[in-house]
Amino acid sequence: MTQKRDAAIVGIHEYPSRDVEGQVSALQIKAESAARALDDAGLSWSDVDALYDAGEGGGLGGLNMAEYFGLKPNVIDTTNVGGSSYEYHAAHAKRDITAGKARVALLTYGSTAHSRVQAIGVGGGGFGGAHPADNMDVFAGATLVANYAMVAQRHMHQFGTTSEQLAEISVATRCHAMRNPEAVQAMHDLEFLDIRETTVADVAGSRMIADPLHLLECCMISDGGGAVVIAAPEVARDCTKIPVWLLGTGEATAYPENGRDITVSAAAQSAPGAFDEAGVSPDEMDIAMIYDSFSITVLTILEDLGFCAKGEGGSWVEGGRLRFDRPDAGPALNTDGGGLSSNHPGMRGIFLLIEAARQLRGESCSQVADAKLAVAHGNGGMLGSRHCAGTIVMGRD
Amino acid sequence: MADRPLPKTNEADTRAFWEATRDSRLTYQKCSDCGTVVFYPRRHCTGCLGRNLVWEESAGCGSVYTYSVVRQSYHPFFRDKVPYAVAWIDLDEGPRLLSNVVGVDDPVSDIRIGMRVAVTWEEHDDLCIPLFEPDED
Ligand SMILES: [Zn+2]
Repeated sequence: MTQKRDAAIVGIHEYPSRDVEGQVSALQIKAESAARALDDAGLSWSDVDALYDAGEGGGLGGLNMAEYFGLKPNVIDTTNVGGSSYEYHAAHAKRDITAGKARVALLTYGSTAHSRVQAIGVGGGGFGGAHPADNMDVFAGATLVANYAMVAQRHMHQFGTTSEQLAEISVATRCHAMRNPEAVQAMHDLEFLDIRETTVADVAGSRMIADPLHLLECCMISDGGGAVVIAAPEVARDCTKIPVWLLGTGEATAYPENGRDITVSAAAQSAPGAFDEAGVSPDEMDIAMIYDSFSITVLTILEDLGFCAKGEGGSWVEGGRLRFDRPDAGPALNTDGGGLSSNHPGMRGIFLLIEAARQLRGESCSQVADAKLAVAHGNGGMLGSRHCAGTIVMGRD
Repeated sequence: MADRPLPKTNEADTRAFWEATRDSRLTYQKCSDCGTVVFYPRRHCTGCLGRNLVWEESAGCGSVYTYSVVRQSYHPFFRDKVPYAVAWIDLDEGPRLLSNVVGVDDPVSDIRIGMRVAVTWEEHDDLCIPLFEPDED
């Protein structure tokens, strides 16, 4: 099977600060990131003809963002599926470019969740009862952490998964974060108490937030943002950096259903199509950028992506398999330090694309030698109830 | 003292469910054409193209599908309630709903997956909240 090279990531930028101290707005983060990503590609504003936006800047998402940037795009896509929005945007950009509707697509994200003291994980009380689904749940006080924790509890019950096994996710991610100066700075700015590599015992022994998830299994709440530029092959060939091809994409949705197995995420539906389209299998992946809102998110998705069988994730991740310096053992996980230890302003999906592209360019702080294939998987919404999954398989020439 | 966040009683799809709770009735919908159990409540059937949903009453018994004990919350009501248990409850009639498991000495040690539970009602002005407590010998 020949891999199609229809669209490539040609420009990336991750906004460096995780604590903007009220000095910069989400819109300004988006615009600055867009300019830096276009510059990274060797392109300019006038090259952009397609805009993808999750609407976190407020207003009429796509319309207001086009004007703010000073663009008159032929394509606007305002898909918002939470943290997986950017995997959806990448998939849609590939689709639109392949269809000849666009040549240069711009994806941006900006958030000041930390500065606004937004208690994302432990706010509780749901989203206010406006939607009928929320109106059934609002009374229970299920925090976001508890929502994910209920998946972990069930995973432990069905498969014997342990806290020590889940801790492996946090340990590998922190190991990578300590090698990334921006992640280390982020942990300082967000006043992490003990900034160092961690052990399984550290993680499993940290304070319980919502049983069975501990503090060091939960992502940070930062400010931040970023941008990604995706271009058609004829544009990509002339860009500054090597093209990072979008080889395959998949999307899927899951929500509470009577009798549903909560340990299986929407990734089980989104992944097969993405790998099939790319003509590769999970065991060929050098890099796995998986949305690490919590340890259990990664463990569940590793299984659903097909790295191991359902229920075997716990033993599969043991022994540091996911570290960047053990490429023969399995994919390197979240080599930027992840949402757990580098950057999580609320919707982390764009950073999965950015770090995967860095790896395939050879630019990561925890570079896997000769990395050729990567998978980025975003999970938006809530793993334990309703969520969207976006899988993007990427490769270089 | 903050109050428990309550559902809106005028939300179009779920209004009838919450009205029934005033009489301590735990209800769900079933399609009389195709038999699909619809929960959360809606106006349309998700199994067929019809709208012939009838309200059925649950006996209020079920089991804990999964749960978590919340140790930290910044919500003005729940922050004083920690540790408390949230759980997905599988009712014997089929619906799975999110609620709290109450009536245990220590939620950390006294709740387990598969545990039998029964509904207990917390009364408010316009509705009652379905909570669950252990129902085992
Ligand atoms: Zn029906």
